Amino acid sequence: MLAEVQTDWWDSFVRALLLRDANTLWVVAGVLGLGIASGAVGSFLVLRRRALTADAVSHATLPGIAVAFMVMLGAGFSGKSLPGLLLGAFLAGLLSMVVLVLIRRTTHLKDDAAIGITLSVFFGVGICLLSFVQQLPTGNAAGLETFIFGKAATMLAADARMIGIASLVVVVMVVLFFKELGAICFDEGWAAARGWPVLALDFLLTGLVVLVTVLAIQSVGLVLAIALLIIPASTALLWSHRLPVVVLLSALLGGFGAWFGAMLSASIPRMPTGPVIVLACAVLFIASLVFGRRGIVQRWLSRRSLARRVDRQHLLRACWEIMEQDDVASVPLDRLIEWRSWSRRRVGVCLRRCTGRGLLELREGGAVRLTEAGRLRAGRIVRNHRLWEAYLIRHADIAPSHVDRDADAIEHVLDADLISSLEAVLGATAGSVPPSPHVMGGEGRP
Amino acid sequence: MTQKDPEQSEHVNEASGLGPEHSSGSPLSIHDLTVAYDRRPVLWDVDLDVPAGKLITIVGPNGAGKSTLLKAALGLIPSTSGRIRVFGKPMKQQRSEVAYVPQRESVDWQFPVSALDVVMMGRYGAVGWCRPVGRRHREQALAALDRVGLGDMAARQISQLSGGQQQRVFLARALAQDAQLYLMDEPLASVDAATEQAIIEVLRTLRTEGRTVVVVHHDLQTVEDYFDHVILLNMRVVASGPVSEVFTAEALRQTYGGQLTILSEASERLARSNDVGRS
Amino acid sequence: MNWQLYDTWLVITGALCAMACALPGAQLVLRRRSMMGEAITHAVLPGVVIAFLITSIRDPLVMLLGAVVIGVLTTVLVDFVQRSGRTEIGASMGIVFTTLFALGLVLIRAFADDVVIDPHVVIYGSIELSYLDQTSLFGWSVPRGAVVNGGALLINGLVFLVFHKELKLTAFDESLAAAMGFRPRLVQGILMAMTAATAVAAFETVGSLLVVAMFIVPGATAWMMTDRYGPMLVWTLVLAAATALLGHVAALVVPGWFGFEGMSTAGSMAVMSGVLFAAAWAFSPRHGLIARAVGRRQLSLRIAKEDVLGLLYRHEEGARSGDRPLTAGDLREALSVSRSIAVAALRGVRSAGQVTIESNRLQLTEQGRVAARSLVRTHRLWERFLWERLGLRPDHIHGTADRLEHFTSPAMIEELSAHDEGEDPHGRPIPPAED
Repeated sequence: MLAEVQTDWWDSFVRALLLRDANTLWVVAGVLGLGIASGAVGSFLVLRRRALTADAVSHATLPGIAVAFMVMLGAGFSGKSLPGLLLGAFLAGLLSMVVLVLIRRTTHLKDDAAIGITLSVFFGVGICLLSFVQQLPTGNAAGLETFIFGKAATMLAADARMIGIASLVVVVMVVLFFKELGAICFDEGWAAARGWPVLALDFLLTGLVVLVTVLAIQSVGLVLAIALLIIPASTALLWSHRLPVVVLLSALLGGFGAWFGAMLSASIPRMPTGPVIVLACAVLFIASLVFGRRGIVQRWLSRRSLARRVDRQHLLRACWEIMEQDDVASVPLDRLIEWRSWSRRRVGVCLRRCTGRGLLELREGGAVRLTEAGRLRAGRIVRNHRLWEAYLIRHADIAPSHVDRDADAIEHVLDADLISSLEAVLGATAGSVPPSPHVMGGEGRP
Repeated sequence: MTQKDPEQSEHVNEASGLGPEHSSGSPLSIHDLTVAYDRRPVLWDVDLDVPAGKLITIVGPNGAGKSTLLKAALGLIPSTSGRIRVFGKPMKQQRSEVAYVPQRESVDWQFPVSALDVVMMGRYGAVGWCRPVGRRHREQALAALDRVGLGDMAARQISQLSGGQQQRVFLARALAQDAQLYLMDEPLASVDAATEQAIIEVLRTLRTEGRTVVVVHHDLQTVEDYFDHVILLNMRVVASGPVSEVFTAEALRQTYGGQLTILSEASERLARSNDVGRS
Repeated sequence: MNWQLYDTWLVITGALCAMACALPGAQLVLRRRSMMGEAITHAVLPGVVIAFLITSIRDPLVMLLGAVVIGVLTTVLVDFVQRSGRTEIGASMGIVFTTLFALGLVLIRAFADDVVIDPHVVIYGSIELSYLDQTSLFGWSVPRGAVVNGGALLINGLVFLVFHKELKLTAFDESLAAAMGFRPRLVQGILMAMTAATAVAAFETVGSLLVVAMFIVPGATAWMMTDRYGPMLVWTLVLAAATALLGHVAALVVPGWFGFEGMSTAGSMAVMSGVLFAAAWAFSPRHGLIARAVGRRQLSLRIAKEDVLGLLYRHEEGARSGDRPLTAGDLREALSVSRSIAVAALRGVRSAGQVTIESNRLQLTEQGRVAARSLVRTHRLWERFLWERLGLRPDHIHGTADRLEHFTSPAMIEELSAHDEGEDPHGRPIPPAED
C-alpha cells in the first residue's frame, strides 16, 4: 500500500521533472523565470534596506486586481484576462508606493508604521472590493481569491509564457542598469554627488520591484510574494558581499527554489505551490545560515578557538610577567588567579589545556612553571603584546583599525621598519622581549 | 578650581566625605577588561581605578573605545574578560548608585513624552518594578529639571527642545537618579557655549556633594578647565591621573598621534601653562 | 439602515477586538517595530495548527498557548537571524514570517481532513457570524467573540497598567532601562507574547490578514494626534473603537451606493482605520498637513511683512531727493516670494498702520518706521557679530543675517548690542535702539 503510493508519487515527480506534460513545462518555465527575476531584483531591494516595502506593494495589489476585474467586466470583456488583472495590480502597487513615500516624508512616523498602514489599509480596500465582486452575477470570484494564496496549477500556458517573458524583461533591465542600481544601493549620497539621477534610479528599482511582485502573486500569492524577493537575496548575502556575485547567486537561488517548489507541488497531491516554493527557499537560507561561509557553525568554531587562544595567551603572559616582576622561577597558583582576576575554575581549565600542549608544567605545592617551549612561546606573546601597545601609543591616530592583536607574528601585519623603530622606542634589541611601555600614569596598572 | 597640585587633590580625595558604605572601594574599578566585537578588539586589557569625588574625563581619538568602556562598565555589552567593581561590589548590586547619560542620538526625540516625563524616568529605578511613580518622585524630578534651568520647559514635548536643552534634560534625568557615580557619554557634544557652562556648573555641584562624575569628552581645549582627573584612552589606557600630571604635551601626542595641528597647538598651550603652574 | 441588536453586538465585538489589538500595537509603533505585528500575526498560523494537531481539539486555551509560544519564538528567530546572519531587521522579519506562514499553509492543506480551519475565515474573519455563537457570562447570554476579545482587552489593559513604567522606559531608552536593571528584552518578550495572544483572540473576528490594521493603524493615528504617552494610549483606544463603529456602519451603508448588498465588515474596519488615519494626517492640530502648511505660510508671511518694512526703511535711508518712492510692484519684485504672500504681506502692514499707500507710492508711517528701525538694527548687529566674532567675510554674511533677524529674541538683541560699534561691516550705520 505504502509502496504503491510511493511509486505514484515518484512517477508523477519524474513526469514533472522530465517535463512530459506540456502545460507543466510552461508552468515550470514561467515560475523559473519568475524566481530568477525576483532573486535578482530582490538583492538590490535587500541591500537598500527596503525589504518590507515589497510587502506593502504585494498587499496593495489586491484592490488593483478587483478594480481591473470590474472595469474589464464593465467594458464587456470576461474580466479574467491575466494581463489586464496584472496591469491593475501594477498600478495599485505603484500607488501604494506613492502613499508610502508621502507618509514617510510628511509625518514623523517611521518607515515601519508607514509600511504597516499602507499594507493593511490597501488590503482592507481589496477585501471590500472582493466582496462586491462576489456579488456580481458573472463574478465567479473564486478566481480572484487565488491571488491571495497563489495557485500556480491554475496557470495556463499563455499566462506562464507572459510571466516568463516579463521576467526576462526584468532580468534584462537589471543587467542593463546593473552599475547604476548598485550605486544607489551602496551609497546614495555618493551616487547623487557623482551626478547619478538617484530619484529616477530609485523609481526604476521601485518599478522593477512592483513588477516582480505583481508577477509573483499568481503563483505564490500576495501574502508570500515578498519571500521570493527577500529570501534568496538574504541567502546570497550570507555567502558573499560582492555585488555581482550576490545578484547572480540570488537569481540562481530564487530560480532553483521556485523551480523545485513548483516541481514538488506538481508531483505531490495537496501541496500548495506558493508555500512550497517559499519553504524551498527557506531551507536553502537556513542551510546557509548554519553552514555557510559566514554561517553559525563556522563563526562559533572560530569564536571558540579565538576565546581559547586569548585565554592561553593571557595565561602565558601572566606567568611571564609574574616571573619577571617577582623574579621567581615558578608561579604560585594563587598569585596567578589574583593577577588575571579569573575564577579558579577558568584558570584550571586553561592550565589543563596549556599543560596538555606542553607549554606549562605543574609543580608541587600548587605552582606552575613554564616549560622550554612555553618559555619561548610566552616570550613571543609578551613581545608582541608590548610592541602592539607601543604601536597603539605611537601611532594612535590610525591604530584601532589596524590592530590585530591575535596575529601570531606581528611581522605579518606591521612592516619590519616599524617594528624595529618600536623596539628602539622600548629600548629592546631585535627579537628580544622589550620592557613594558607602561611608564606613564600612576594609576593605570597594578 | 581645578586641582593642579597632586598633593592637594589627594587631600580632597580623602576629605570628600563619602558615607561608610562606600569606603569599601573606588567608585569604579576596572580590572583587565577586554571587549571585542567579533574578532576586532575594541578595548584591550583596561585597568582603571576611578578616584572618588572627582570630575573625571575620558578622552581619546575616534574609535578609541570611550563609549564602549562606559557601556561595558554598565554591563550593557558583554565583555570577553575582566572584572568591574562599583564601590567594591559587582555592578548588579550597585545599580542604584550609578546613573548613566547615553549619547543624545541614542533615542528617538519624537517619542511622545514631555521633558518632565523623561526626567521622571530617572526615578524609575528607585520606584522599582510595577509600582506607580509617586508624588515624591515627581517633585524630585521637577527639582532636577530646575537644577538644569529647565523648570519652565517641564511640559514641552522633547522634540520641541533645542539640542542643548535635550542634553540638559538627559542630565536632569541622571540627577534625578540621585546616584554616587555618574557615567556620561559625550554630554557636551554639539551644545552651545552657554549650555556647556550650565552643564559644567551642575557637574561641579555634584563634585562638591562628594559624587564622582565620569565624562566622555571630545574637546581637548577645555579638559584642563573642567576636569580634575583625566583618562587618556586608546583601546587601552594610555595614561590616567590628575590633569596636571597626565595632560601633558607628550601624553597627548601619544594618544592622538600628534597629527592634528589644533591638538598640538592645544598641547603646547597646556605645556606652557603647566610650566607656569609648577614654577 | 436597519439597526438591530445584532448590529450593536457586532460593533461591540469589533470594538473590543480592535481595542485589544491597538494597545500592544501602539507600543510596536513607538518602538519602530510595527511590522512585528504583521510578522507575528502571520507566524501564529502554524502555531495554532500544530497546537490543534497535537491536542486534536479546538480548545481555546491550547490554541492560545500555541500562539504565545510561536509569538515569542518569532521574536527570538527574527533576533537570531538578524544577529547571526547580519541581516537587516526588515529582511529578517520577512524571512521568518513568510516561512512560518508558508509552513502553516502547507500544514493546513496536508491535514485538511483533521484540521477544521477554513482558509476563508483566516482571511476575512467571521465577525458577521459572531452573534450566532453565544455563550453565557454571569448568567447573560452574550456572543462568544465579545467575551474572548473583551478578555484579551482586559488582560492587555492590566498589563499596560502594571508595566506602564517599564513599557514606556524600554520603548524610549533601552540602554538606560538596561542600566537600571529593567531588562528590556524581557519586557519586549512580554509585549510580543501579548501581541501573539491578542492576534489569536482576534483571529476569528477580523481574520489573520486584516488584524494588522487593528494593530498598527490606531496607534499610528494616535501618534499624529498627541505628543504624550498616556493620552496617546487613550486616543488609540478611542480610535480603535471608532474604527469598529464606522467600519460596520460603512459596511451597511456604502454597498448600497453602488447597488451591492453588503461587504466584509472586517475589510471595512481596515478601510475605516485608514480613513481615520488620513483625517488625522490632514487635520491634526500639530502634525497635520493643513496645520503645518498654515504654520509655514504664517511664518513666511511674517518674514515677508518684516522684509517690506526693512526694504522701505533702507530705501528711505539711502534716498536722495528726487528718487522716486517704492511702488508695490517694486516690493513684490524685491521680496522674491510667491505673489499671494507678497500681496498678503502688503495688506498686512497696511492694515497694521505701518505703511500707507497713496497712488501706488509706499510710505512708512511713524509707527512703521519704529518697527523697521529695530529690524534693521537687528540685521546690522548680526552682520557685525558674524563678521567680528565668527570671522565670516562681509560679502558672505548678508544672507545669514537676513534669516537670523527674523528669529531674534529681545535677550539676544541685548547680547548683540554689546558689539554695537555704530556701523555694520559694510560701513552703514546701525540705527540706535531708541530715539
